[in-house]
Amino acid sequence: MPNQDELELLQELGDTVGTPKLKEKVRMSCNHVDVFYNETAQAIFDVSVDLGKNQILAMIGPSGCGKSTLLRCLNRMNDTIDGCIVNGEITLDGEDIYNKTIDPVLLRANVGMVFQKPNPFPKSIYDNVAYGPRLHGLTKNASELDDLVEESLTKAGLWKETKDRLNKPGTGLSGGQQQRLCIARTIAVKPEVILMDEPTSALDPIATATIEELMYDLKSSYTIAVVTHSMQQAARISDRTAYFHLGRLVEVNNTDDVFTNPEHKLTENYITGRFG
Amino acid sequence: MNTQDHISQAYNDELEEVRSKVLTMGGLVEDHFQGATKALLKGDTELASDIAKYDYKVNALEVEIDDDCTSLIARRQPTAGDLRNVFAVIKIVTDLERIGDESEKIASFVTELSVDTKSMTIYNSLKSMIKTAREILSAALDCYARLDAKQALEVAKLDEDLDSNFNDLKRTLITYLIEDVKNIEDFIRVMWCARSIERVGDHAKNICQYVVYVAHGNDIRHITDQKD
Repeated sequence: MPNQDELELLQELGDTVGTPKLKEKVRMSCNHVDVFYNETAQAIFDVSVDLGKNQILAMIGPSGCGKSTLLRCLNRMNDTIDGCIVNGEITLDGEDIYNKTIDPVLLRANVGMVFQKPNPFPKSIYDNVAYGPRLHGLTKNASELDDLVEESLTKAGLWKETKDRLNKPGTGLSGGQQQRLCIARTIAVKPEVILMDEPTSALDPIATATIEELMYDLKSSYTIAVVTHSMQQAARISDRTAYFHLGRLVEVNNTDDVFTNPEHKLTENYITGRFG
Repeated sequence: MNTQDHISQAYNDELEEVRSKVLTMGGLVEDHFQGATKALLKGDTELASDIAKYDYKVNALEVEIDDDCTSLIARRQPTAGDLRNVFAVIKIVTDLERIGDESEKIASFVTELSVDTKSMTIYNSLKSMIKTAREILSAALDCYARLDAKQALEVAKLDEDLDSNFNDLKRTLITYLIEDVKNIEDFIRVMWCARSIERVGDHAKNICQYVVYVAHGNDIRHITDQKD
């Protein structure tokens, strides 16, 4: 429960400050999104924010602020949770992803997700990457599939390390390599957007740096939204940073501005370590 | 400026310690400038020698505070208001150290003067310049102590008066330089002292600008340059 000071601050909160909406180059857009669990428990309150093309949006905030909930709405992962209701509009290239005509499986190919803990399938490295393209019928023959697997592993910075052991289990790789394998698996189905939920929190600093470098390279081809508890990571890798508090989107701004001169006091308090 | 405490009390203490050292350094520098200019007005060579001797204390504090800031950045990775605060401290101590250097310069010129400044026609102008410079320095340090950006903007404007006083004094001294060749060395020494006093005003103005930066995140330096 929020304390008295936080309640007072929240009461003063009006619209999100900063630049939640972009004038151009919008890939995904959330408009007045509310999320409820079991009708009574509201997790997200009237959030509007754009994800720009070829940009990384970092979503930060204390535990329970709703950042992961919103991330999971972006590829309808919350559909699998009983009683979860999403109101408002979320669009991908202008199309409402909650429209009844949208197939969530195809949506998740377009909007891929990488999780906190690397979760390779108990299959070979090759099959991990080939799984999505096979499922969606993206290639015509084995040679094309080989090329796609190589391309995806190369983009994920894992090809050199795995090209001689493609038939070995993916679970035999190190934590950082497994996470890059999961990224390769995600990009093999040619997504437009990649969602990452604390992708490096289970990794050591070297593996973290490799993933961050990879994210930087990937943004030239994809739009990325990343939830992170590491403010330094948000500062290092993102173009824009969104700060969430108690289900509200408090502020979105260019990352430089958020970390040097945030507009909202709550953002300042959080990033300077003034409350937990 | 955010006055709420951090979760980490140790972090609060470290930031407060740095701030307190800057205020100590400011006080020391203010005393030195006060002493050096007093020696200049009174022709007190003994006081001037003392001032010149103690500049090392200011230098040592500059090194110590820079070291504290490096450590804070490495260990705490300050952000937002804290980052601006640490960054401003690094800049402010450089200005304070230079004020210390200017005071030392004034003090050493005083020891070389062969005539009393009281006997010079420019004495009153010099006295007035010193009064303004002392006021600006003291007010700038006050603004930092209270992080009063509004007042800092007002104080920064006073530097223009000091610049104008300096230009007037310079013109007068140039006339004397031409007319009274015999005392040329003393006139040049006084000119250098006046120049140092004017520079102290510039450094105090810088401090005011950093106060605005800490409080509001606006960098107001060189705004007029950009307009030009």
